[in-house]
Amino acid sequence: MNKEDIEKIAHLARLGMTEQERDTYAEDLSRILGLVSQMDAVATNGVEPMTHPDEAILRLRPDVVSLEADRDRLLALAPDSRDGLYLVPKVIE
Amino acid sequence: MRFSGEFPLTLTIAELVQGLTAGQYSSAEIVQDVLRRIEAQPGLNAFITVDRDGAEAAARMADAARARGQNAPLLGVPIAHKDIFCTAGIRTTCGSRMLTDFVAPYDATVVARLNAAGCVPVGKTNMDEFAMGSSNETSFFGPVRNPWDAQRVPGGSSGGSAAAVAARLVPAATGTDTGGSIRQPAALCGITGLKPSYGRVSRYGMIAFASSLDQAGPMAQTAEDCALLLAAMAGFDERDATALTAAVPDYQAALRSPIQGLRIGVVREHFGEGLDATVGDAMQAALREYERLGAKLVDISLPNSGHALPCYYVLAPAEASSNLARYDGVRYGYRAAEYRDLEDMYKKTRSQGFGPEVKRRIMIGTYALSAGYYDAYYLKAQRLRRLIAQDFGQAFESCDVIAGPTAPSPAFAIGAKSDPVSMYLNDIYTIPVNLAGLPAISLPAGFVEGLPVGLQLIGRYLDEARLLNVAHKFQEATDWHRRAPAGF
Repeated sequence: MNKEDIEKIAHLARLGMTEQERDTYAEDLSRILGLVSQMDAVATNGVEPMTHPDEAILRLRPDVVSLEADRDRLLALAPDSRDGLYLVPKVIE
Repeated sequence: MRFSGEFPLTLTIAELVQGLTAGQYSSAEIVQDVLRRIEAQPGLNAFITVDRDGAEAAARMADAARARGQNAPLLGVPIAHKDIFCTAGIRTTCGSRMLTDFVAPYDATVVARLNAAGCVPVGKTNMDEFAMGSSNETSFFGPVRNPWDAQRVPGGSSGGSAAAVAARLVPAATGTDTGGSIRQPAALCGITGLKPSYGRVSRYGMIAFASSLDQAGPMAQTAEDCALLLAAMAGFDERDATALTAAVPDYQAALRSPIQGLRIGVVREHFGEGLDATVGDAMQAALREYERLGAKLVDISLPNSGHALPCYYVLAPAEASSNLARYDGVRYGYRAAEYRDLEDMYKKTRSQGFGPEVKRRIMIGTYALSAGYYDAYYLKAQRLRRLIAQDFGQAFESCDVIAGPTAPSPAFAIGAKSDPVSMYLNDIYTIPVNLAGLPAISLPAGFVEGLPVGLQLIGRYLDEARLLNVAHKFQEATDWHRRAPAGF
């Protein structure tokens, strides 16, 4: 992992990073990927991927409203809101 | 006899329930003493939030209910919740700056069910940030100290819950376990902790880390207490799409089943390289105790369990990177003070709101899921996960439970494991269990140089009753679980 790799991943994850952090993460992530590469020692050809411990088909429920959202209570948790809307910096000039 | 003076919090939940029922003391009296003890131990840093007013009010209500002739299985018993469970009106931080001021608008199902069973919640326990850690050092609120040695970690991520029970501040606490986060701190603090089968306990209102692995469970002094708590926590919940509909058995009744002829599988690979010899000796002694109790030891192998750690460090970060995408500074939680535009707001919010270990895992997960790498990492890990799970299926053909160490060593010093990979190695015996979705319990099984060590028992899918039974029989014959650290 080099600094460019780290920069690219950090952008995908929307994480800001200083120059010094890029060095640290390059080193840490390389070490963790070293651990992860031990998977290569096991032949897994033809093995069905296991997505979940309980692979039963997900339960369905009737398509009716089951929870009334309390808009004002949820909006009160937001860092910034007005007139029933979440506020974010201007996206379109 | 009426109790007076300092309250004996060495009592188990089962004993407290007896005393409350007999009118020896009130919940208000117990809770006063719990609050006094918590406030007398700020150095442990086991709690992030103590809810004095709420606890006193709930205790009064429990006493009033009892006076009216009402009862509930845990009526008046104080409990602490890991700060990963949403609690209406009391902040839920998940050990992170990101959620420092977050007050959830609802209770997690686990919290609601324990309340309905009569529990009195006294506060929220410290934890590794977003449950990512094995030492409690990644918490934004500072490390928790191990009551057996203040220079050592309590384990993690449910370290605050484990330390609080070990120091006898509370008789019970909730925890969550994604790769060992109930069992490893239970082992390092000398208490009993159960990770139920995946789906046994609802995840609704439990802040998500890795959704195919996360599971909530009880932490207490004894297996009997864990049985009482699990009975209240377990069961179907329509608000969790992966909650199981299977009926909840009578865990308490199962405790007394004889274990004569029980076949205990001893995993060859768990007694090899990487295990402290002294911990290995304690495990052998525990296994001999089981032989005395009439169990038979069976040599078994989990050939792929050695690859569980790399498998987990793809799957868990991949799921985490997706789950933690929701923290964007828009709907709730922290938002950076200054930013240029929307993207800059996301980046500053997330880089300031998350600590280093959380960022490492988000980065690993993002990388593993990114275009061109998916097959080599995520798909490969999912295939390996099946092989690891199949090993257990084979092993259980020749045994009823599996026994071995919970962690490779006793509690280590705070700051000793600065390299992430050396920290991850703490969970080599616990992680395979999460990947397979099985239940497992850690129980106190001896001491190494004054520090507790834990025995891990792994069960078949949904066989919590048997695990609790087998652990209870050990605790009837030994007193490791009765030992409390000096000064507590």
